[in-house]
Order: sequence, then structure tokens, then C-alpha cells
Amino acid sequence: MSAQPFLIAAAGLFSIGIYGILVRRNVVMVLLSIELILNAVNINFVVFNAMLGDALLQGQIFTIFIITIAAAEVGIGLAIVLMLFRNRKTANIDEFDLLKW
Amino acid sequence: MEALDIISYFLLLGLLLVSVKVVTTSNVIHAAISLVFTLAITAATFLLLSAEFVALVIVLVYIGAVIVLFLFGIMITRAPLGQNAELDNDKNKSLALVVSLSIFVIFSYVMFNTFDSQIIVTTGTSTELLGEILLSRFVFPFEVVSFVLLAALIGGITLARQDNALVDENQI
Amino acid sequence: MVNSNLITFLAEGKVTYTDGGTFAEYTWLIVVLPFIAALLITFFGKYLPLKGAEIALATIGFIFAFSSYLLYLNVTEGVASEFFINVGSIGSFDLEFGWVVDGLSIMMYFVVGTVASLVFIYATNYMQGEVRYTFFFTSLTLFAGSMLVLVSSPTLLQLLIGWELVGVCSYLLIGHYWEKKENSSAAMKAFITNKIADVGLMIGIIVLALSTGTMRISEILYQSTHDYESLKSVAYLAGVLLFIGAMGKSAQFPLHVWLPDAMAGPTPVSALMHAATMVTAGVYLLARMFPFYEGMASEALDVVLLFGVITLFAAGMIAIVQDDLKKVLAYSTVSQLGYMVAAIGSGAYTAALFHLWTHAFFKALLFLGAGSVIHAVHTNSMKEMGGLKKEMPRTYTTFILGTIALTGLPPLAGFFSKDEILASLNHGGYNTYFAIAVAGAFITAFYMTRAVVLTFFGEYRGNGHPHESDSMMTTPLIVLAGFAVTAGWVNIPGIYTGFTDWVTTRKNPIVEYHPESFDYFALTSGLLAGLAGIGLAYYVYQILGRPEDGDEKIKVEPIWNLLENKYYLDDFYFKYIINPTKSTLANTVDRFNTNILDKAVNLFGVAAIFLGNIVYNKFDQGGIDKALNISSSSTDALGARVKLLQTGKAQQYIMYFLSGVIVISLLILLVL
Repeated sequence: MSAQPFLIAAAGLFSIGIYGILVRRNVVMVLLSIELILNAVNINFVVFNAMLGDALLQGQIFTIFIITIAAAEVGIGLAIVLMLFRNRKTANIDEFDLLKW
Repeated sequence: MEALDIISYFLLLGLLLVSVKVVTTSNVIHAAISLVFTLAITAATFLLLSAEFVALVIVLVYIGAVIVLFLFGIMITRAPLGQNAELDNDKNKSLALVVSLSIFVIFSYVMFNTFDSQIIVTTGTSTELLGEILLSRFVFPFEVVSFVLLAALIGGITLARQDNALVDENQI
Repeated sequence: MVNSNLITFLAEGKVTYTDGGTFAEYTWLIVVLPFIAALLITFFGKYLPLKGAEIALATIGFIFAFSSYLLYLNVTEGVASEFFINVGSIGSFDLEFGWVVDGLSIMMYFVVGTVASLVFIYATNYMQGEVRYTFFFTSLTLFAGSMLVLVSSPTLLQLLIGWELVGVCSYLLIGHYWEKKENSSAAMKAFITNKIADVGLMIGIIVLALSTGTMRISEILYQSTHDYESLKSVAYLAGVLLFIGAMGKSAQFPLHVWLPDAMAGPTPVSALMHAATMVTAGVYLLARMFPFYEGMASEALDVVLLFGVITLFAAGMIAIVQDDLKKVLAYSTVSQLGYMVAAIGSGAYTAALFHLWTHAFFKALLFLGAGSVIHAVHTNSMKEMGGLKKEMPRTYTTFILGTIALTGLPPLAGFFSKDEILASLNHGGYNTYFAIAVAGAFITAFYMTRAVVLTFFGEYRGNGHPHESDSMMTTPLIVLAGFAVTAGWVNIPGIYTGFTDWVTTRKNPIVEYHPESFDYFALTSGLLAGLAGIGLAYYVYQILGRPEDGDEKIKVEPIWNLLENKYYLDDFYFKYIINPTKSTLANTVDRFNTNILDKAVNLFGVAAIFLGNIVYNKFDQGGIDKALNISSSSTDALGARVKLLQTGKAQQYIMYFLSGVIVISLLILLVL
């Protein structure tokens, strides 16, 4: 089994996630895209772990940590989205332009 | 070409297809469901790579919990269900396509050159070893990460709950 | 971190002792607490019902209780240990702080704790309604704390720090009423005189530290009793230098001039300063370094003895002619300090400390009594007192007890301690010094009786009606009177010599003279001198003449003038040190200043103005300003365009960011 297809697929997944972040207007959709990117990273870690035959399984362990952090991120992210929605009555990311000059 | 290779090609192709669906569909619920499929295929890929515990975690945590959270988020923010032409920012589309494609090209180029003839040798189950390592050598990061999770939990609750004054009034 | 020592080299001595256990370990509390308390008083004192005095009282009460227990421990089993905290190092010197718990320190803790707590109680009433009441208690607490830093120090460095802290606090307290010029200059005088002496101490400490390679006092003492050559070669120098330091704090002739002026401070300060803190620091230093003096610098002890004897006689003589009640007591303090220093000089360690111990109590009593009188009659001058025996019975009784104790009549405290000093002088064969010391006893009795007669006997010569002071003020007097009577009973030769054992817990095995029984020659001469002094003064001032013109009776013109002008010492300082500095030197410098420096500066100034104008008009306005204006306006124009990039839309920012990533990746891939 060659490692290349997995890695290229992960790169594709990463790019798709970025595309999603760039075009989606709804904040929840943006968060979904971020999950795609994290997933691409996870795949890379597991593939490298299998490829290198690491006795300590550090790739898998790191993946587990990433999943944990991702869960935390989704929780906080959605809470923030909720706050934003409550205050601005919208969840569209291009309408949050407080940083505008 | 072995059977495993063929299976992996199919899986990865499916992975890319459903993930494209996640970012292109104009229906929010469909996007979430597509993400479920993406994650499921990822889990299958992990099984193929003999990382069955991680696959299980993906299924349990992501498909079981995170997606539900997302669905809640979609409903609470009253995103328009069903077809919605407004879901995408059309002005950005072409530029975003260029950017993401360039990134894909660069990444693929690097992967192609660097990992040209790397072979994955799967070694059967690894869950027992993983558990041992996780709770011995990596027990401190494990505890730290669980603390982070707790903090995120508390932070999420604090952020998402109503104003204190309002809550008090509601209770009365 | 804390490193404790049972002071081992003293194991050669005969006294058994322990390390003091938990209480010794926590002795740092009584050193640190006053500083915390001072902070609390500064920040919260004004909002408390007693204006911060309660914090000071609680702190000093704790110190009193703690030191009493330590004293009890020392009496029952003997304590000798020291603790070090290493906070770093400079070169090969460890920077160590810590605390000593041994006989000498415990005695000082107890004296400071007792006298200070009584003075504090007294001061809450005495200072009622005075300016800066809260600040007064801050400084007073700091003062006691600094003294504890000094006496608890196991290293010379900490000793120096405590020494200087005491100096600063005394400056604050003496100058408490700084609105009056003479008070602030008295504070200045005290500070500067002490500073001059401190230079000696500082150099002495440096010499000791360099020759022994350590700052630890116990280590230095160990070396000085074990014939270390490097120390031996500088011992005389170091001994004299340390004594110069002690001369300043302990007001030895000719550096005593600050002490009488220090009477400008409020009376509780005088009492504290002259009894327990500050002036005892010098004697403490000499006593602490006593094994060093005995072991290596015995020639320096001769200097110590000489100055001690000069001081005890000279200061006593001045006290005879003073009209200010507090000044009489001040010169009396100087004189008594002379006794202590002379005792150290004659090699009688215990006798000096014993006199310090008894003197602390009866001098505090006398000062507080004087304060009570002054509080009642609103003047310091004895010419306007008199007849207060009837008006202020409690003050009178206690003052009389203090006077008798100071005069040295049995069985009050001063009798035993002064006798021990006389005995050791006699034993050492210092016949001249012994005679002078006996004469000193006579003088002491004379001026004290004079003060009592002028203050309490006869008719009242002032204005208004004096009243007995509040019980808040008389209670400390009564307690101190108790001490003044009994404090001497702890060291009666041949009967009970507990005190000797207390303060020698950690003393080195070197022999000091300590009388095993009464020296009847010294005792008789001292006693007779005292009685003669009392009798003569009583005869001159009470029987022979009315007190108001009593001074005239025994005036012997040249001597009297000499005494009234304090041996012209202040004049000497002014004429030959201060004024020359001020006039000759200052004038020369002034001329140099106006004629040469000023001219040069003026020339520079004119040239600078000329140059400045050119620079301003051509270079600054034409060049730099224009350039700045152009740059700012172009920045403005650029900003107006670039700001359009800041859309506030997160996705566009991500796009920019990723574009940058792509460009950099391409650069890395293609170029490298």
C-alpha cells in the first residue's frame, strides 16, 4: 500500500476546507470547513504514523489530542456564534465587520 | 495492484467527493450530513491504516457529538433550512478557487516529491499498545488536554447562557 | 532554605545550652512583624478607632510576650543558635540574612520588647492630639523593628542594615515636629553625626570581612579565638574602626553631641531611644564582638576604656549645669553609656551588659517621668518647675525610685550594675580610671538630686496648675519603677548570678572578669560617692538656697562656663569644621565659580544661542520640519488608500493571509 494517495487526498481535503472557509457566509458552515481541515491533518498524522512504524504511536496519540481540542473548539466556537447571533441577529460572517476602518 | 490499494483508492475518492459536497451544497443540513459521510470515510481509512482506536474515536466524538452540536448550532442561529442561494459569498468564489487550488497544487507537489515510494506496512491491531502509551508516557499531556476540555466546557456555558440579570428575572 | 546552627565552637564553654527549639526557629517573626505593622499603620491606620496605635500596640505586645518566653527559655536551659537564609552571593561572599537566638540577643529582645511596649502605651496618651499621630506610630514601630533587625543579626551585613535603619528612624522621630527649625536641624545633626561614625563601622566591617572571608559574626569570632593570622594582622585597626561606629550610636565623647539635641523629639521617643534602642546599639556591638576584642584586639580595648571613662566624667559634668530636665537626663544617659563602654574596655563583658539592662529600665522610667512632668507644666525648663511633689505624687514617687536606682543606692538596680563596673575597673588595676568612675558616681548623684530638688521640691514657680497625668501614662511608670527596683537582683555577686549565665550562653571560653563576691572597696567608694553627691546637692539646692538662685552658689566661673558651653565642643565643630567648610572653602569655591566656571558657561551659552538660531532657522525649519511634513502628508495619502484593505471581513483577511502563504511557499519551492 503506497502512502502517496493518502497524502494527496489529505491535501485535497485541506484545500476543500480552505475553499469552504473562504466562500461560506454562514459562520456554522465556516466551522464545518474548519473540521474538514482538521480531519485532513488527522489523516496525515495517522498515515505518517503507519508509514514510519512508530513504536510509541505518537501519530495516533496526537490525533486523539487533536480530536479532543477540536471538540473543545467546536463547543466554544458555537457558543461564540450563539452570542453573535443574539447580539446581531445574524450569523453571516461578512456582516461582522467591526474591524473595518 | 492489491485489493487494499483498490479499496483505498475508492475510499479516498469518495472522501474527496463528499467533502466537496460539504462546501458546495446550498443546503445547510445537507452540508452537515455530508460532513458525517466525510468523517465516516475517514474512519474507514483509519481502519485501513490499522488505527482502529482513532477510527472509533472519530465515530464516537465527531459523528456522535460534534455533528449534533453543529445541527444545534444551525437550528439555533435559524439558518434557512432547505435550498438557499444566499449561503455562499459569490464575490469570493473565483478567488477562493484559485487560492485553494494553488494550495492543493503546492501540497501535492511536495507530497509527490518527498514521499515518492513510501510503503505503508500495516501491523494489525494497535489499540492495546495505544492505551498503555497514552496512560503511561503521555499521561501528563492527557490530563492537561482533559483540563482544557473542562475549561472549554465551562467557557462555552458561560458564553452561551443568558445575561445573569435576565436569568434571575426568568427564575422569578 | 533556612540553615540553622547550634553555635558549636562555644561548646568549649562551661554553660550547657540548647538550640531553643521551635520558638527559636520562629524568632524571625518578631523581627519581621514590626515592618508589616508599619505598612499596615501607614495604609490603614487613619481609618482605625485608635488611629493606628492599636496595630503598634498589638505588635509590640506580641514582641514582648515572645521575648519574655525566650528569656524564660534562656533562663531555664540556655539557648544558643543562629539561623541563616542565603539569598545570593557577591563574589565569594554569601549574602545571608538570619537571626540569632542566644543569651545576648534574647536579653536585648526582652529589653526592647519591655521598654518599647511600655513606651508605646505611654505614647498613645502622651501624643494624643499631636500632629501626625499615625505617622508617629509608624516610625516608632519601625524604630523598634530596626533595633530588632540589628540585635538579631548573625551577619555583619544585616547588622549594618539594622544600624542604618535605626539611624533613619531616629531621624524621623527626632524631627517629628519638623515645622520648628531647631527640631529639624537636631534631627539632621543626629543623622550626620551618626553617619560620620557609620563610616568607621562600614570600613571596619569591610576590613573584617576581607580578612576573614566571611560576613558571619560567629565565624569571625571563631577565627579571632583560634589565632587566624590574616585576622590578627588587622585586628587592632578593625577593633578601633568598629568602636568608632559604636561611638556614634552610643554617643561617646566626642561624638556625643547629637544625643542631647535629640531631646527635640517627643518624650516617648527620647525614652525609647535612650533606654532600649539606638544608644544601646553601640554597646551591643562591642559586646557582640567582645570575643574578638579579647582574643585579638586587646590594644583596641584600651582605646575603648579611655573614651568610656572620658565620656562618663565629661558628660556627667555637663549634666550638672543643664536647666532643661530632659537635657539633664540626656547627659546622664551619655555618662551611663560611658560606664558601659568603660566596662567593655576593662574586659568586663557581663558588667557592661548588666548596666545596659538595669539602665534601660530606670532611664526609661526617668524619661517617661520627665515626660509626665513636662506634659503637666508645658515646659522643659526646671526653672519653671518645683513643688510638684504634692501635685504629682505618682510621678514623684516613681521618679525618685528611678533617681535612686541611677544614683546607685542599694538595693535598687543601679547599685549592683554600677558596683560591678567599679569592681571590674578596680580589679583590672586601672587606678586612675577607677577614681574617675567613682567621681562619676558622685557627679551622677549630684545632678540627679539637683534635678529632683528643682523639679519636685520647694514651691511651684511656673504658670497654671499642673495635674497628675492620666493613668495610661502613670501605669508604665509604675511598671518601670518595679523593674528599676528589681532588675538588679538577677546578678548579685555571691548570692545569685543568673544574669551572667544568661548573657554568656554563647560567649567564648576567653576569661572575662566577673566578681564572685562583692568587692567591698569598690562598693564602699561607689556608695560613699553617691551618698556624698546626694547630700551635697541636697544641701546646696534645698537647704542652702532657694532652688531658683541655687545655681549661683557653687559657680566656679571658668569651669562653669566651660560646662555650660559643653566644653565648647559644638563651638569647636562650628568654628573649625563647619564654618571653615562653609566660609573659606565655600567662598573659594564661590569665587572660582563666578569668575571661571560661570564665565565659561556664559560664553558657551552665548555661542549656543547663536548657533541655535542658525540651526533653528535653516536646518530645523527648512530641512527637518519640511521633511517631516512631507513624510506625514504622504503617509496620510497612502493610508487613505491602504485602509481600504481593512474591510473588517474575516474571510478577506484569510484570503490575504493564504495568498501570502502561497507566495512564500512558491518562493521556497522554486528558488531554494
